[in-house]
Amino acid sequence: MKHTLSVLVENQPGVLSRVANLFARRGFNIDSLAVGTTQNPKISRMTIVVDGDDHIVEQVEKQLNKLIPVIKVKVLEPEKFVCCELMLVKVACKSRQHAEVLNVARLMGADVMDVAPASLTLRFAGNEDQSHTLLELLTPYGLREVVRAGSIAIEKGSGLLKNNKE
Amino acid sequence: MITGAEIMVKCLESEQVELVFGYPGAAICPFYDSLSQSSIRHVLVRQEQNAAHAASGYARACGKPGVCVATSGPGATNLITGIATAYMDSIPLIAITGQVNQWLLGRDVFQEADITGACESFTKHSYLVKTAADLPRVFKEAFHIASTGRPGPVLIDIPTDVQTAQVEAFAYPRKAEIAGYRPRIQGHAVQVRRAAEAVRRARCPLIVCGGGVVSAAAREELISFAKENQIPVVSTMMGLGVMPMDSPLYFGMIGMHGHENANRAMHAADCILLCGARVGDRAVGDPKKITQTSTIIHIDVDPAEIGKNMTVNIPIVGDIRAVLESLAKQMPDAPDTGAWVQRLTHEKAESAVCGTPEPHTGFVEPRSFFRSLSAKMEENAILISDVGQNQIWAASSFNVKRGRFLTSGGLGTMGYSLPAAVGAKLGKPNRQVVCICGDGAFQMSMCELATLCESGAEVKIVLMQNSRLGMVWELQNKQFEGRCPATELTGDPDYIALAGAYGIPSALADSNESAERLAGQMLKSKGPFLLVCRVDPCAPTL
Ligand SMILES: Cc1ncc(C[n+]2csc(CCOP(=O)(O)OP(=O)(O)O)c2C)c(N)n1
Ligand SMILES: [Mg+2]
Repeated sequence: MKHTLSVLVENQPGVLSRVANLFARRGFNIDSLAVGTTQNPKISRMTIVVDGDDHIVEQVEKQLNKLIPVIKVKVLEPEKFVCCELMLVKVACKSRQHAEVLNVARLMGADVMDVAPASLTLRFAGNEDQSHTLLELLTPYGLREVVRAGSIAIEKGSGLLKNNKE
Repeated sequence: MITGAEIMVKCLESEQVELVFGYPGAAICPFYDSLSQSSIRHVLVRQEQNAAHAASGYARACGKPGVCVATSGPGATNLITGIATAYMDSIPLIAITGQVNQWLLGRDVFQEADITGACESFTKHSYLVKTAADLPRVFKEAFHIASTGRPGPVLIDIPTDVQTAQVEAFAYPRKAEIAGYRPRIQGHAVQVRRAAEAVRRARCPLIVCGGGVVSAAAREELISFAKENQIPVVSTMMGLGVMPMDSPLYFGMIGMHGHENANRAMHAADCILLCGARVGDRAVGDPKKITQTSTIIHIDVDPAEIGKNMTVNIPIVGDIRAVLESLAKQMPDAPDTGAWVQRLTHEKAESAVCGTPEPHTGFVEPRSFFRSLSAKMEENAILISDVGQNQIWAASSFNVKRGRFLTSGGLGTMGYSLPAAVGAKLGKPNRQVVCICGDGAFQMSMCELATLCESGAEVKIVLMQNSRLGMVWELQNKQFEGRCPATELTGDPDYIALAGAYGIPSALADSNESAERLAGQMLKSKGPFLLVCRVDPCAPTL
């Protein structure tokens, strides 16, 4: 079972390694981890997708909270958040196939980032299922390279991940 | 202007540090130079691991963080076992290490070791300080983190150039402000009420006292809660000594090496109040069996401990002292536990009769010797046991009344007892400190006999000589069809001659009679003492 966690951390060196180390040491499985700064440059936000049962997720949450630079941890409720992941795909295709591939891109809402004689590079933002569909549609042409960034998530409605201190 | 090294010393002074344990080297020399100008006492150990153990013994005896110091590279890596030992037992420790100059970091220069990285899993937190101006904040935070909530070791790694850097002035912050660190003190009122109700309704309630009770200095509260409500108490190894062992409500130690009657009490109870006990595998073999028949209330300052190893019905996160106080207020009338206490008392008496082994000639029988030794010791004495059979015998036979029982419970680090005893004695010079050690472990830290002599710490050492790594031998003998490789200690020195070489008075006992007599002499003597007790190599713990 997959769970998505939003984590606010102090933006200081070594935080990522502390978090990664914690997962490794306690045997938790990370599906993906994405990190970037927030509107407050002193605070970064991580979105971590974890695979495990409720007991594991409870431990992940509690153990993350024990790390001193971790300010806030929230396990997002299923259906109560939106998420997306970013993907770059280099598709092998001869110039005569360009139109076909461009059509797939248009249908799926992927942007064309680069056009070359033997390849097209697409950028796609969407949820995991959509990424999967796009890759399936492109497979027949030949996937040269796929680069995916971890999922990022935000709560629906007015729900906020508050930093208690602010 | 003031240097980083001077700031480090001023920070320690601001934290009322009087004593540090350490070992110098190039990368920490600026600090040592400043330290020598201050009134803080430095005790030179003979190996860095023992600086951490000594600081741990000091911290446990004094109830405040112990400080240890080492140089970069090998000095720092030597500390690791000591830091990990403190981490597993939640001991507040400040470990200060020198580091190579910042501009050389990451280049694998002479004596560079990524010590913050290496210690990540064994520290509550760690710092690699990049500018001298950060030092006051870092020290303030480090002492705060180490000593509050669930205590633990904090590492401060300080490059040489940060120690020599010049800063305008020194100002120590009054408070540590850490956004992500706010340990909970008061238990949740609703949970406390639920817990009180569960205890009141119980017919066979039982308190399990763990090391967390010691960390929280909640001894008085636990004793009075147990007494007021007539609730029997059992202890984990880390909780030994909280409940006076001569109390009619005390029923021994649980666990693989604990008292059978205490383990039986765990299974017979219908409501268990876990106080600062993390339900480790050696303390509770099969938690599922217990949760089936009992309501579990778990009080711990660390929320991650609750539900980690055992399913809990009523979780209470908070400082044990504060929680027990509020719990006591919710108990207007005590539960009726007369029959339950009577039953446990009966079972305890029965197991005492069958638990006394025969002494063999030429040897000291450890359990009965420890019982009589504890009767000879001062009421508030500090006993420190090492790891192995000697530890099990001590833990199960020593009678701690108002004193302490200290041991490396979590990591089970051999060699802990001697340096920890030095630290405890220097922290509490007026209390009797006795160290119980196996012959294997003694050889891991016997270099500290020199520290003992140099520091003048009046530690009494009881060396249990069975000429083998008894605990491992016992395990091999049971589980590997009697094949017991690598457990015979044949090249051992003559310990009496060794003590003589250090100028430490000593004696050899080969019967309980002689052991008791010599122990009496040892306790009366001034200065350190080594009592070597010959123990039957085949004497069992299980
Ligand atoms: C540093 C370390 N190495 C190895 C062990 C594994 N171990 C546990 S008990 C023990 C034997 C201890 O022998 P000794 O100190 O003579 O005590 P005894 O059991 O004989 O009383 C060993 C090797 C350990 N706990 N710690
Ligand atoms: Mg031995």
